[in-house]
Amino acid sequence: MKVIILGAGQVGASVAESLVSEQNDITVVDVEPARLRALQDRLDLRTVAGSAAHPSVLMEAGIEDADLLIAVTQSDETNLVACKLAARMFNVPRRIARIRATEFLDDPKVLGPDGFDVDLSICPEQVLTEYIVKLVEFPEALQVLDFAGGRVSLVAVRAYQGGPMVGRPVKEIRGHIPNIDTRIVAIFRRDGAVLPDGDTVIEDGDEVFCLAASNNIRQVMKELRRMDQPVKRVMIAGGGNIGLRLARALEADYSVRLIEHSKRRCEALAAKLDRALVLNGDATDEELLGQENIAEMDLFVAVTNDDENNIMSCLLAKKMGARRVVALINRRSYVDLLQSGQIDIAISPAQATIGKLLAHVRRGDVVAVHSLRRGAAEALEAVVHGDRESCRLTGRRVEEINLPAGATIGAVVRAGEVLMAHHDTRIEAEDHVIVFVTDKKTLPRVEKLFQVGARFL
Amino acid sequence: MRLPAVLHTLSLVLLLFAGSMLVPLAFSWAYADGAQAVYAKAMGITLLAGAALWAATHRAGRELQVRDGFLLVALVWTVLPAFATLPLLLQLRDLSFTDAYFEAVSGLTASGATVLSGLDRLPPSLNIWRGFMIWLGGMGVIVLAVAILPLLGVGGSQLFKAETPTPMKDTKLTPRIAETAKGLWLVYFGLTAACLLAYRWAGMNWLDAAMHAFTTLGLGGFSTHDASYAHWNSPRIEAVAIVFMLLAAINFATHFLAWHRRSLRLYRVDPEAKVFLGVVVASILGIAAFLAWKGVYPDYATALRYAAFNVVSIATTTGYANTDYNLWPIFAPLWMLFLCSFASCSGSTGSGMKMIRAQILFKQVFRELLRIIHPRVYNPVKLGGQPIENNVVFAVLAYVFVYVSCIIIFTLLLALSGADVVTAFSAAVASINNTGPGLAQVGPASTYAVLNDFQTWVCSFAMLLGRLELFTLLVVLTPAFWRK
Repeated sequence: MKVIILGAGQVGASVAESLVSEQNDITVVDVEPARLRALQDRLDLRTVAGSAAHPSVLMEAGIEDADLLIAVTQSDETNLVACKLAARMFNVPRRIARIRATEFLDDPKVLGPDGFDVDLSICPEQVLTEYIVKLVEFPEALQVLDFAGGRVSLVAVRAYQGGPMVGRPVKEIRGHIPNIDTRIVAIFRRDGAVLPDGDTVIEDGDEVFCLAASNNIRQVMKELRRMDQPVKRVMIAGGGNIGLRLARALEADYSVRLIEHSKRRCEALAAKLDRALVLNGDATDEELLGQENIAEMDLFVAVTNDDENNIMSCLLAKKMGARRVVALINRRSYVDLLQSGQIDIAISPAQATIGKLLAHVRRGDVVAVHSLRRGAAEALEAVVHGDRESCRLTGRRVEEINLPAGATIGAVVRAGEVLMAHHDTRIEAEDHVIVFVTDKKTLPRVEKLFQVGARFL
Repeated sequence: MRLPAVLHTLSLVLLLFAGSMLVPLAFSWAYADGAQAVYAKAMGITLLAGAALWAATHRAGRELQVRDGFLLVALVWTVLPAFATLPLLLQLRDLSFTDAYFEAVSGLTASGATVLSGLDRLPPSLNIWRGFMIWLGGMGVIVLAVAILPLLGVGGSQLFKAETPTPMKDTKLTPRIAETAKGLWLVYFGLTAACLLAYRWAGMNWLDAAMHAFTTLGLGGFSTHDASYAHWNSPRIEAVAIVFMLLAAINFATHFLAWHRRSLRLYRVDPEAKVFLGVVVASILGIAAFLAWKGVYPDYATALRYAAFNVVSIATTTGYANTDYNLWPIFAPLWMLFLCSFASCSGSTGSGMKMIRAQILFKQVFRELLRIIHPRVYNPVKLGGQPIENNVVFAVLAYVFVYVSCIIIFTLLLALSGADVVTAFSAAVASINNTGPGLAQVGPASTYAVLNDFQTWVCSFAMLLGRLELFTLLVVLTPAFWRK
């Protein structure tokens, strides 16, 4: 597939990175040649320097025969204009734009065919905010992902001594919680994936991925670790776009404190927030943290745009007694360095936001994609089409399906009903199937399963 | 400062004011009360004075600067009452100029304090003139509050502009002051007409209905009867009065926008209206319970009726009464006086320091408290979700300081000249808030005629000061204002 990516910022770069590895022809456009050079040195792709909204630049990037345009420059306006040009002048079939301002989203006409002609709009800040809000709601989880319109959740939990299932084989979970249907789809132990079967024993420190109906995930987590007190007090370091969105999302139900170092930004924040407390100062200032009772905080979230700052303030907050600390970290090497250390959760913005984009790039009718464990694993939800003849899934039992190693069918959603996949579950047409893939290399083979054969078309 | 230009504008206002005397003239003619000649004479004098002033100043430029606005407003509210005394003085031969001026100021500031008794025996047209003064005053006040004061920025009144305190987008009513005034007056006319018909439906005769519609919308408490609303002793009439008093005490810009957009949502968005209504309703329920508990009324329902009418009347700075609440245990009338000092919304015909200032003050207190606990916190005072700049908060603080000082000074002046403490305090509060009746000697069953001349002038000045939002009048009295 020929893909043009506009903007070589954090999102652009990570999209490029994950698409290059899946045999696509990528062209990246950016005004900043230095950024492009850095990208080109690292990845096998083409780059064009210039303004992403200029038709001549787009033509140079080969837009005339592109299959997909991903406009993720810093500016909403540039992204919108590029999408419009791509649709009207160059007939690009699919166009994705990053839109930050919610004003553009209020009326569907703005992004519709008569407006800017955007197929899909993504807002990384919003995705990250939702990610962190989930962590506030489920303080025991490392990550909570929704499928099938929120009916099914995939939850990542670290197993700890004290959970009834720790030290027990996977198959016993049915006996522990007989009326709840759940499925352990993967276990990561010391950075390696373990493919769980019924006899795999869950160990202390394992990162366990479970699928369950959304309203049951608390009970499932209870089996794997002792439950924490619900979160009441949250401190957010950094009042940028994410900090503000997060504070707004949380201020109604939690006691929120937001630390921002710029006085001018503080004024703007205070104007937009009703109940959250806006504090002027540095999140690495020990005195300020002490004054604001950091020891009483259930959650400390560092979301400034500076990795080092986030790491240091989280380490400081943890040392001063914050119950759980979450840091936003862009640099991949830092994430690997810190996960499961002093910092409870390190969130990589690029990885967290890329899923929505990936769903559009995948072959087959893919509804949702979530990139997990820094892109090493992936969970995807796809719709099955066709009959027994044209599709390799329809009408077959799970045990009959020829899945590549490392891939697991976790659950099936049929007409709104959630079924956990067992070896004898039969897949039918129009089912939403949730597949967990621990090895990304096998992804094309999984996608192929969902494609309908030529005869069907 | 361009005095001639200011005087020129004043002359035009005077000429218009002369025209307004046609209203009592028409009533006099219709009711054949024999006072036609009085209004013709008063109108003639006013016209003559206006024309003379116009002739003397018409060569002056018409351009007014913002600063001239203070002087113009102060002059309008001090000179018009002098001419408004004419119909009173020409008919009531034993009325002194001091008392007549007080009555006229009370009318044009929409206060409703009166020195007259035997109202039932006055010619109908004179009562209409008293009511019409209040109505005119209310019209002036609306424009003053919505269009002029924000321009002058008096005591934080930048906020009175309907467009600032609410999160509504493009709430600027219309781009020009003249258009804004027209829109607001239209609402005012409409509500007056509705009030007139409602009173008539509730059982008043046309004359009383007209007079009380004027004084209800202007929120000044003149009545055609010494007994005020006790004359009818009708819960239905009282209910009509309560509804329209409450409406008149809400920002007219909100009414205008609500009518313009056919949406009641605006009342919910208006940060003042909901607090105003909440405070008034809570006070009614509380005072009714208090009165029932103290045994003033045999049952809660009766207590509720009297509490509702009198609390609304005083809280909205109207000044009607349907009973002598002076006889209630002192807590209730004092609470009502307390309400009148802040409950009315900005941009209404009510007076006092206005709900918006009270809210800012209240929030500023909590802001300071929060700052003690969290020294690094950023928490601007917010109204309707919008942050308010510090200089506005300071202006409000200064305003409230001057307001409280004025109450103390007027109380002392009245006490100095011989009034007892309750009379002095309540007269000072009722005057500066343009409420009308106070307590004790100036209570609802009595009149301000008991005051001596000095005290009457003090109260007249207090009413003007309160109506012109203190600073508008005070700035004209400072030497710096007159320096070139």
